[in-house]
Amino acid sequence: MSDTPSEKSPGLASRRQFLSGAAALGAGAVAATGARAAGPDPLITEVQDWATGLGDGVDATPYGLPIRFEDDVIRRNVDWLTADTISSINFTPIHALDGTITPAGCAFERHHSGAIELAKDDYRLMINGLVDRPLVFTYADLERFPREQQVYFCECAANTGMEWAGAQLNGVQFTHGMIHNMEYTGVPLRTLLAEAGLDLAGDLSEKWVYVEGADASSNGRSIPMDKALDDVLVAFKANGEALRKEHGYPVRLVVPGWEGNMWVKWLRRIEVTDRPVESREETSKYTDTLADGTSRKWTWVMDAKSVVTSPSPQAPITHGPGPMVITGMAWSGHGKITRVDVSKDGGKTWETARLAQDGANKALARFYLDTTWEGEDWLLQSRAIDETGYVQPTKAQLRAVRGLNSIYHNNCIQTWHVKANGEAENVEVS
Amino acid sequence: MSKSLNLYAGSALGVGLTLMAAYTFADRNVADAPANPPVLAAAPAQLPSAHAPAQAAATASTDQAVGLFIGAAHADTMTDGARFGLGREALPEEVAAWNVDVSPDGTGLPDGSGTAMEGEPLFEETCAACHGSFAEGVGNWPKLAGGDGTLADADPLKTVGSYWPYLSTVWDYVHRSMPFGNAQSLSDDEVYAIVAYILYSNDMIEDDFELSRETWDQVEMENADGFIVDDRAEAEYAAWRTEPCMEDCKDTVEITMRATVLDVTPEEDTSPTEAATEMNHSNDAATVQPEEEPEKADAEVQEVAAEAPAAPDPELVAAGEKVFRKCKACHQVGEGAANRTGPVLNGVVGADIAGVEDFNYSGAMSSMEGNWTVEALSAFLAKPRDYVKGTKMAFAGLRKDEDIAAVIAYLQAQD
Repeated sequence: MSDTPSEKSPGLASRRQFLSGAAALGAGAVAATGARAAGPDPLITEVQDWATGLGDGVDATPYGLPIRFEDDVIRRNVDWLTADTISSINFTPIHALDGTITPAGCAFERHHSGAIELAKDDYRLMINGLVDRPLVFTYADLERFPREQQVYFCECAANTGMEWAGAQLNGVQFTHGMIHNMEYTGVPLRTLLAEAGLDLAGDLSEKWVYVEGADASSNGRSIPMDKALDDVLVAFKANGEALRKEHGYPVRLVVPGWEGNMWVKWLRRIEVTDRPVESREETSKYTDTLADGTSRKWTWVMDAKSVVTSPSPQAPITHGPGPMVITGMAWSGHGKITRVDVSKDGGKTWETARLAQDGANKALARFYLDTTWEGEDWLLQSRAIDETGYVQPTKAQLRAVRGLNSIYHNNCIQTWHVKANGEAENVEVS
Repeated sequence: MSKSLNLYAGSALGVGLTLMAAYTFADRNVADAPANPPVLAAAPAQLPSAHAPAQAAATASTDQAVGLFIGAAHADTMTDGARFGLGREALPEEVAAWNVDVSPDGTGLPDGSGTAMEGEPLFEETCAACHGSFAEGVGNWPKLAGGDGTLADADPLKTVGSYWPYLSTVWDYVHRSMPFGNAQSLSDDEVYAIVAYILYSNDMIEDDFELSRETWDQVEMENADGFIVDDRAEAEYAAWRTEPCMEDCKDTVEITMRATVLDVTPEEDTSPTEAATEMNHSNDAATVQPEEEPEKADAEVQEVAAEAPAAPDPELVAAGEKVFRKCKACHQVGEGAANRTGPVLNGVVGADIAGVEDFNYSGAMSSMEGNWTVEALSAFLAKPRDYVKGTKMAFAGLRKDEDIAAVIAYLQAQD
């Protein structure tokens, strides 16, 4: 069936057009649900093209993309944030996703020198430093070690970083989209370290592992040995398939619960050291400046956080008053999410939302609040609690400790102002 | 260069005033913060689980991180684990090739030396396009100098001088990751000289100070003591691992700030420039040609068609694509390409010199007559600043003739 249907791709409309359109749609929906249908629906009473002709054959798209009606569900960047897309970040369209697994094709990217093409045949992984046997592995070698499979979230330390000084970006994709959640397959780092032998390293309590990528940025981070021996994976598959180029094909590091910058892509070297290297990305960047000008370093763990993804500025209410679902996601680098609360009045009162599944260790949880909207204004918030009892803080609490210039690790409670016309806006409340 | 996420970067792009307003609002909020504390007040205990405090304590201790206790279980796992005999020994030459990181005490530094005087022309040639002639930064690219004493300000300027705690990091990063698009191309002496120039730009050394392994310890980093190890466990977790309030958590709630006031959210439609670019790439150009100057556009197309050889050799184009990586820091090609530090290069071969609309060329380039013939481009790419004296292009030039031929073939393929 090749005829062009009448539907116009929403991706062509501007956000504001979309929002105003959504408001109009909302009004229409009020009428539609408030009264009986004016007449028989031609989509039902008339035979449609798709019910007459034929669709695509099986090999039309050997590796498929989402149907074109979803072509606005894409990664987007914020142009003014960085000088060039080669060293930049974009954002997962979390406003349009549900469940917990992020499809790789729209999972945020962050490159320091661009996404390189590194073939499996050209791939080498070196382990050196304070090891008994410095080793080189090929990609094929890695696939011969016992492997594990786990779902983990990966969040950039700068996620929500533009919101420290105030509500700034009007879309959850931009305020919270530096995150994805995938199912990884890989070899535990401790297995590879054992293969190289750690007897020479002696007392492991003061040792570090320096991990480094093969791209021109040579991104490298120092990881304390106890984390390296705990749950870090040398991963080669995500969501069942090979890592995408932009996510470090063929091999990346997975550092569960810790900031995304440490998840080194195109991993080429693992060095056991007796001190941190203090590389650029762990000194001049990814350090959190406090109000008095001193800065925290080694702020690795991503604290518990949550956000309502719908309704939100990019996902307004379009159906008018009545039953509806508030949904969002929650995660914690400390472990499992045990509970998410939702407030509709800016934090005066809270009700506990329903977790779609039990929280999983250092992975996204999806929450739903099945509720009714009567067309009133909401100041919509969510609040995550993890298995350590950590309660997601307000922005005021964070600012009281850190000031406004931390850039990284902003895990504050987010507020959306849902208005009578169904639109939502990023706001701050007292 | 791997630039920072410039998270408050709006000022350079015309939203500085509104962001300042944002800050002012936010500042007020912080001042107000103590007035609305009861979010964490005692409340009906629904959750979390009863043993949460114990877990919290355990996590808190590991969160102190650097003390680093290693569980005995880990050590056992390590020693008991049977080896698989996979992989092969890393040869000394291989380790030497990759193991080049430099530690704060200077471990890993190679022989060699350089002064700021030696570094100045190198910096101008290889770094200034993004970082500015005085390391002050261009546009959104990282500023490497200045910012002394600003770390507690509303808008701190974090540079090598004002923020970086270790000299080793500067040397290591320039050596391994710079210049942007041509990393690992500098000799050790050149790295020493460029690092010396960056230090000199921050008034940290004299211009004749010879930086080397021997003089390493004489350089003092301004912010060396400006860092503390993550203290969230003590400063935050203890206070926030409490039972959250569920009802009557505050008396009033008011909106104190709105994102739409700032209006810095990216639009989801395409900008006029992008739309025009897309149109120019469309196969159906006749029907969607931008209204302005259609004749000129047509004329350019014809000129290119007349000049271009039959079809560039695909192998040469592929080789040229690799060479073009050196150009990518400043130039874009292909669909959706836009002007960056340098002009967009689609269709440049055969086009008017300085012919890209909306690009701010140097006076020298603008005053050039003629077209970018293959001959002209070859000469320019060999020694840009000899061919166009006064060009803003800081690139030193391609040394190999075959690289020049390849990159021109690649550019010919970018119509």
